[in-house]
Amino acid sequence: MSISISPLNPTVIGDTAAVRVAQMAPVGRLSLRARGDLAALNGALGLTLPTKIGTRATAGDLSAACLGPDEWVLTMPEGDVAGVEAALAGAYDALPHSVTNISAREVTFEITGPMAETLMTIGCPRDMASMGEGAVRRTLFDTATVVLWRDGADAFRMDVWNSFAGFVAQTLETGCRELAADMARAG
Amino acid sequence: MLLIHCPYCEETLPEAEFAYAGQAHVIRPENPSGETDEQWEEFLFIRENPKGPHYERWRHIHGCGRFFNALRDTVSDRFYTTYKAGEPRPDLSDFLGDDA
Ligand SMILES: [Zn+2]
Repeated sequence: MSISISPLNPTVIGDTAAVRVAQMAPVGRLSLRARGDLAALNGALGLTLPTKIGTRATAGDLSAACLGPDEWVLTMPEGDVAGVEAALAGAYDALPHSVTNISAREVTFEITGPMAETLMTIGCPRDMASMGEGAVRRTLFDTATVVLWRDGADAFRMDVWNSFAGFVAQTLETGCRELAADMARAG
Repeated sequence: MLLIHCPYCEETLPEAEFAYAGQAHVIRPENPSGETDEQWEEFLFIRENPKGPHYERWRHIHGCGRFFNALRDTVSDRFYTTYKAGEPRPDLSDFLGDDA
């Protein structure tokens, strides 16, 4: 059993007193790989690419999260993707790098509510307390590789590849209902 | 569950994020066609398979994606250390001090 997820028709997956899980409208996502002196890329992007894995930087609508020692994911509104690609292309001679548009590869679930952190623990082997507000991590949710963004104490976003999205949505939806039942029983 | 320190993420994380990737420090010959069949067999197939400390590769596959090396005891599963790919093999005696 899994929920049918369409990237083009965002839906609410679960909405209980414990936690709400909703699929976000499509966003622009670029995967950036580069090594060496990042100054030219920083200039092109108008932000300083973070170099510590798990951290992010934001400038206006553009954010950059460091996922690996030479890997970042850039997120922005869909309409800004072409402009960011062009800006990076202008810096190619100064620092050769690779940019891949992965906007359509994934969907993003927004997870909010008083039990949001607990919901993450049903599938994520990490100690959630080790992910402070602002942290971004590629990790595991059940059997799917995901990118997990912690936006607040009770707010997460999870980027999931399309082929896993139905399964992950189903698992999150089940968790939403179970945690709400727990809350109701606890009064 | 084992906890493994990723030398790139600089964090100690659950084993579920990692994949084992065989013996470390197996160096591909610079000129494969200059090798004898026995040397090539040695490179491809022959491994130490020790009972005890083992230098081995791991990959933080559900994390930063990087391959790195570890020194792990195959009996106790204890990780003595992990280090970045390309760094020299650490000396085992540095880690056995308290156990000896
Ligand atoms: Zn790592």
